[in-house]
Amino acid sequence: MDTWIIALIVLGLMVVVGGGAFVAVRSRGRDLELYQDGADEIDVSSRLDDVTIDDTPVAEEVEAPTPVDEAPQATPPEPEALEKPSFFDRLTKARSAFTGYLGGLVGLGKLSDDDWEELEDALIQADVGVSTAVSLLEDVRVAAKDQGAEDGAAILSLLKSRMQQELSGKDRSLRIDEGATNVWLFVGVNGVGKTTAIGKVGRRLVDEGHRPLMAAGDTFRAAAAEQLTTWSERAGAEIVRGSEGGDPASVIFDGVAAAAARGCDVVLADTAGRLHNKSNLMAELGKVRRVADKEPGSVTEVLLVIDATTGQNGMAQAKVFTEVVDVTGIVLTKLDGSAKGGIVFAVESELGIPVKLVGLGEKIGDLVDFDADAFIDALFE
Amino acid sequence: MFQTLTDKFEDIFGRLSSKGRLSEADVDAALREIRLALLEADVNLSVVKSLRARIKERAVGDEVHGALNPAQQVVKIVQEELTASLGGETIEITYASKPPTVVLMAGLQGAGKTTSSAKLARWFKAQGRNPLMVGADLQRPAAVEQLRTLGRNIDVPVYSEPSDPVAVARAAMAEAKSTGRDVVIVDTAGRLAIDEALMEEVRNISDEVQPHYTFLVIDAMTGQDAVNTAEAFHERLELDGVILSKLDGDARGGAALSVKEVVGRPIAFAATGEKMEDFDLFHPERMASRILGMGDVLTLIEKAEEAYEQDQAEEAAARMMEGQFTLEDFLEQMQQLKKMGPLQNLMGMLPGLPKEVRDVEIDDREIGRIEAIIKSMTMAERTDPKIIDASRRSRIAKGSGTQPTQVAGLVSQFSEMQKMMKRFGGMGTKKAKGSSRKGKKSKQRVKAKGQRGGRVTPKGGVVAGGKGPGRKTTGGGRVTPKGSKSKKAPLMLPGLDRVDDSDLEALMDKFEN
Repeated sequence: MDTWIIALIVLGLMVVVGGGAFVAVRSRGRDLELYQDGADEIDVSSRLDDVTIDDTPVAEEVEAPTPVDEAPQATPPEPEALEKPSFFDRLTKARSAFTGYLGGLVGLGKLSDDDWEELEDALIQADVGVSTAVSLLEDVRVAAKDQGAEDGAAILSLLKSRMQQELSGKDRSLRIDEGATNVWLFVGVNGVGKTTAIGKVGRRLVDEGHRPLMAAGDTFRAAAAEQLTTWSERAGAEIVRGSEGGDPASVIFDGVAAAAARGCDVVLADTAGRLHNKSNLMAELGKVRRVADKEPGSVTEVLLVIDATTGQNGMAQAKVFTEVVDVTGIVLTKLDGSAKGGIVFAVESELGIPVKLVGLGEKIGDLVDFDADAFIDALFE
Repeated sequence: MFQTLTDKFEDIFGRLSSKGRLSEADVDAALREIRLALLEADVNLSVVKSLRARIKERAVGDEVHGALNPAQQVVKIVQEELTASLGGETIEITYASKPPTVVLMAGLQGAGKTTSSAKLARWFKAQGRNPLMVGADLQRPAAVEQLRTLGRNIDVPVYSEPSDPVAVARAAMAEAKSTGRDVVIVDTAGRLAIDEALMEEVRNISDEVQPHYTFLVIDAMTGQDAVNTAEAFHERLELDGVILSKLDGDARGGAALSVKEVVGRPIAFAATGEKMEDFDLFHPERMASRILGMGDVLTLIEKAEEAYEQDQAEEAAARMMEGQFTLEDFLEQMQQLKKMGPLQNLMGMLPGLPKEVRDVEIDDREIGRIEAIIKSMTMAERTDPKIIDASRRSRIAKGSGTQPTQVAGLVSQFSEMQKMMKRFGGMGTKKAKGSSRKGKKSKQRVKAKGQRGGRVTPKGGVVAGGKGPGRKTTGGGRVTPKGSKSKKAPLMLPGLDRVDDSDLEALMDKFEN
């Protein structure tokens, strides 16, 4: 095995050194320190050249935590009506393309090869992905042959039940351990809606009689903490924030400590958006998770937030985030748009990570439990 | 994972190379692969269909017939078509004769409008303009605060007020005129294309400010829906171009192609990092290779540029060629290389690497182990690994938490590599005699344009070899006759099956262009 690696390193090196030296013109100020396996000291300077994270725990002595304590507001301003939106209503609003498409097939008799290809196209257009679409349809073909099903309606219902089967039997509940300081970590690439999702989850928890505390672990994006503060007010949750550019792990640890002290049972930990191919930012996230899991905290959910408009890259996101922080569930946001979010079907069926929550609108009550059957039904109606 | 179209084509076309002609069936097989590759890159299905038709037309035509390598020829056609679709006219920013020049930013939630607004403002500033940013996103909590913070960082003022977006836009125009700002960038709230009310609102903002440029911000990770979004926004706002955000991820970014194709407006700018300066005009050629998953040498070089100090790199290259590359250098280079991201990704960016090499799973932890072994050596041992005897070996193994056999393995493989590198260098000398390109001054050699002499010399069919442990290679280190016509003059790397030197040639050519 070593052989490969050395050969590759040297080969890569030749290219890189050659290329680098050949084209190097500009000088570069970025100075990425590397994550050393095992050691928790990382210098995540890709983001801010001077931020050093040191892992000497993180208790009171670390960085004045400037917690902004919002006394838990008994009456949140303007309690918005929390009627659960109907999955079906929201989805069908924008679902004409896919639906109309499959609707057309229903009336058909024996499906031609072209019809089958159109079926595949429909799945692809929903971002399910080529390989998933092909394998689904292969199964359906076999089943159709077995059962002698030929016409469009029968094939469609086979496809539908095949897809439902793929998403069935998953535990989609969100775990809260009694008596513990539960930490739910929200992770994902930039702009998927992590902060917003936390706001909405906070409100759900308050309504269910829990005492959530939000930890503003996104210390990178400008004004992310202000954004979360607004949500905490809307949700009636407490919040702990650090300084902008501060160490996310220590902010979250402060949140955990504060939650334990004040008797809050769930810490909703926000993290900065990060692209999964940035290895040092991912290493930072790994550290955040380890620190959040220290006494008195206990990480019970790691929720990967995926935007419904995401294409095939969603699979890579899910794989890498799972590798680094052991994702326990997916929050699918912005499903009320025209995007169909088919990639989560591929993610769930391939990686087995259940979709737990779905964002169906901008209101605080618009983040609802994922209902697989309704999700697929809505695709087919 | 990084299997390229070229590989697939070679599988398809391999058996035909003697015929030199492609049948329609062959082309169809290739087109299926093209379709798959494009769809996996998130190019919209309808766009894939039209591209496919265009490629087919050319591929069955005379261009490919009789070509020496039909596979490469088809890849070339695909790449040309993609570049043409992506490129066309690049946007050229002109400024209003009566300032300010107004830019309106629109897009879905989370596409990156606010960040792109600030990056664009910085870009205008670098062009010598005086931009004003307008915070018209009153929807998302703290969006204006975010814009203000970014504005402070780049020293660009921000105008906003807590009224309604249209009023903010109106007041901002007056503000820009009175304060002599010549570019106004209006950041708007994210909105779904199907949200009638909000789409109407952005239309009203547009009517109010009469933008000279309306940019749609699209996330590079967007899937099939990018087209619907772009069409809906184009219908309301008449887009002038697209800003592609988050291109520093590993998404292939087919959405860019789709949007360009459907809306017919160019990709104006692309954001390639989190820093304010990671933002520039868009390069269509790079994107074409990326969508095809064909390796991205330019990006690789940029990464190298970021990670390497030029002097260091030159020195290392020189030492390598002269065979004076020690374990210490190796360690240092390995650390530099690691800065550029996981090795697996880097390998994927090298074009023309054979499939067998790309498919090797590289565990970065293995590298950690190698590092540990080297770090447990004394300086003398690193410089001259030959002095490592059994007792030194067991000390090193203890120090690094490995086994003595692993230490021995590393040392022996390293010395094989060292020999091989020397041979590259040596070949360079020999070959370069004709072209007298290899100066004694190593620095010049690295910099010199004709640097090929200093490394692999593909034309000569260089074969350097080494014996990997457990693999018997006869006559490791031969030189095939010059101008050998043999298609596969193999370059043996220990443990690797073979590296086709035409791959390396292609690689070197890319560097030199």
